[in-house]
Amino acid sequence: MVPLSYYLLLSGFLFACGVLGFLIKRNIITIFMSIELMLNGVNLSFVAFAAHWHVLAGQIFVFFVMVVAAAEATVGLAIIIAVYRTRETLNVDQVNLLKL
Amino acid sequence: MPSFHLILFLAFGVVCMGGAINLLAQRHPINSALSLIAVMAALAGEYLLLGAEFVAAVQVIIYAGAVMVLFVFVIMLLNAGIEEETKGSRVALLLGVPGVLIGSVFVAWVVLRNSGTEAVPIGALPGHPTDIAQLLFHDFLLPFEVTSVLILIAIMGAVVLASKPDASERKAN
Repeated sequence: MVPLSYYLLLSGFLFACGVLGFLIKRNIITIFMSIELMLNGVNLSFVAFAAHWHVLAGQIFVFFVMVVAAAEATVGLAIIIAVYRTRETLNVDQVNLLKL
Repeated sequence: MPSFHLILFLAFGVVCMGGAINLLAQRHPINSALSLIAVMAALAGEYLLLGAEFVAAVQVIIYAGAVMVLFVFVIMLLNAGIEEETKGSRVALLLGVPGVLIGSVFVAWVVLRNSGTEAVPIGALPGHPTDIAQLLFHDFLLPFEVTSVLILIAIMGAVVLASKPDASERKAN
C-alpha cells in the first residue's frame, strides 16, 4: 500500500523539473524534452487518481495525452529541423526574429 | 517494516527523480534524451505498481520507444553539440524559477496536508486490456476517432514542414 500523496508528489516533482528545464535550458531540443517530462508527470497523476477512485477512464486519458504528445513531437521536431535549416542553430536565444 | 510495494515505489521513484535532475544537469542533448528514457522506463514501473499494465506497456512502446527514438534521431540528424552558454531571458530566470519553486512547495504542502495516509489499493483496479478496449471503443469512441484525424494532420504537417523548401518551389514552378 503506497499513499496516493506519494504518487502526487512524484508527479509534481517531475512537472516542476519540466518547467525548470523549459526555463533554464537554451537548446531547443532539450526544451522540447522538458515538455515531454511535464506530460509524463501529468500522466502519472492521471493513473494514480484512476487507481485511487477505481475509475478506469483515467487510464483512457493517459492514452489521449500520449497521442497528443506523439503528434506534438512529430510536428515540433519537424519545426526544429526547419529552423535549423534556415538559422543553422539550435540555440533559442539566436532564434529571436519576433522578439521586441 | 515497509511493504514490498513501498520499496518498489521508492526504487522507481528515485530513478525517476534522478533522471529528471540529470536531464536538467546535462549539457549535451543526447545525455538529456537518455536520462529522459530512464525516467519513462521507471514511470512504466510505477504504472505497473498501480495495476495499469496496459498503460505501462504503451508507455514503454510508444514513449520510451517511438517518441524518444524520434528525438534521438533528430539529435543525430542535426548533429547537436554541447549546449552553448548564452544569457537567456532575465524575466524567466528572475520570475519563473522562484515561481516554480514556490508553486511546487505549495502543491506539496497541500497534497501532504489534505491527502493524509490514504492508500492506493494496488492491483484492485482491473486495468486489463479488455476493460480498456471496452471503454475506449464504446464510451470514448468519438474522442478516439478525433485523435486519428489529429494524427493524420500531424503527419501531413511534419511532412510539409520538414520537406526541403526548394523542392516545394520547384513543384510550384
